[in-house]
Amino acid sequence: MSEPVRVTLPEEAARLRSLPAGTLVLLSGVVYTARDATHGRLEAELRRDGALPYGLAGQTLFYAGPTPPAAGRPAGAIGPTTAKRMDAWTPTLLAAGIVATIGKGERSEAVRDACVAHGAVYIAATGGVAALLATTVTSAEVVAYPELGTEALVKLALEDFPGWVAIDAAGNDLYADARSEWARTEGSV
Amino acid sequence: MLVAADIARAVAESIPRAATSLRPDVRAAIVQALAAEPSSRGREVLGQILENAAIAERDGVPLCQDTGTVWVWVELGADERPGDDLAALVDRAVRDAYAEHGLRMSVVRDALFDRTNTGDNTPAFLDVTLRPGSGATVHVMLKGGGSDNASALVMLDPSAGSEGVRRFVLETVSVRATGACPPLVIGVGVGGTFDTVGKLAKRALLRSVGSPAQSPDAAAFEAATLEAVNALGIGPAGLGGITTALAVHLETAPCHIAALPVAVNLGCSAMRTVTVEVG
Repeated sequence: MSEPVRVTLPEEAARLRSLPAGTLVLLSGVVYTARDATHGRLEAELRRDGALPYGLAGQTLFYAGPTPPAAGRPAGAIGPTTAKRMDAWTPTLLAAGIVATIGKGERSEAVRDACVAHGAVYIAATGGVAALLATTVTSAEVVAYPELGTEALVKLALEDFPGWVAIDAAGNDLYADARSEWARTEGSV
Repeated sequence: MLVAADIARAVAESIPRAATSLRPDVRAAIVQALAAEPSSRGREVLGQILENAAIAERDGVPLCQDTGTVWVWVELGADERPGDDLAALVDRAVRDAYAEHGLRMSVVRDALFDRTNTGDNTPAFLDVTLRPGSGATVHVMLKGGGSDNASALVMLDPSAGSEGVRRFVLETVSVRATGACPPLVIGVGVGGTFDTVGKLAKRALLRSVGSPAQSPDAAAFEAATLEAVNALGIGPAGLGGITTALAVHLETAPCHIAALPVAVNLGCSAMRTVTVEVG
């Protein structure tokens, strides 16, 4: 395992854009949580106003719905949800200025194309290790949609949150590459 | 004699335990997989899973932010007369446990017409079956959305046989695994009817990882299917490697002469289940 690359968001988004798929990164700085219901709301506001609300242009969306604060931390547990559920909205949001997304699992071809078109990056984080990931969250502040509960838009400050570049700005896909590297059967099933 | 409140209490006590502790059999299988996994990313992920379990246990916080829908299966002794409204008592137990232990509310009022969060993680999904004798066995599973979404059901032709069932398992894992938090435990139900085969698959997740099915035919199917799944290369967290699943658990049942129902219910690496005896 090569040394992880430390990136601070949103200031070093350009650096993130330069990293190839497969790079282990430690993210610090600001990201915003957004799940299914949040995406519906953001898209509606974008359509209405013609621009991303809440200063989200240039920012990163983390597909996550945390548990309440615990153990002296802003979230007891927080981790990525399945990214493909957000695929329907992602190209529009990347076109409007979102620079990176964080989630788990493979994404559609349309999202890969949109990453290339807009120089955006998709980061894969490990699912099911939310107690560990919660130790990297230093603050959490609800920015919008508190009525959505765990699906509210929350501004998080991170310190050394681990992930891998899963779709880079050239459209390379870690999930596909890793699988062909490790598959022991010819072709698909 | 037990009463409905005893069952509800067992549910209330099981929820925080399930949410914060990795099943010992799953932990043992992860330790074993870590020693065998040649992929460096795969080893990194398996290491994260063990570190996560230690933090969750130490701090009493959930293993996963998706603390699930609550699935409760009560195997009730036929001699018992629990009385009262068991479903309402179980819902109250869920409501109280989720609020008290800081778990996530993840249930909406209606799947299609009102996706408002119910705000208390109810209703629970309750299944009661009868067995001879007294007492009750209460199984509680906090089922994450990612792994349940990655599950699938099909009604095959009987001519498809074992090979057809295996192919369906492989297709399901191949297409859906990266969202289900591998390494997986793969519950496979075969037989029964359209509505019961899913239960067979879900109940298969309760069996201890590393204990093969009792029937030699089923055990052989499990071993061969596990090997085929792990040859897919998906690996821990889907980032490449030989550990896509820790186990395949097969449960079979009688069915119609024309039928071969198959259900695959995926269990994630943070699969949360607790089983307790009551009375």
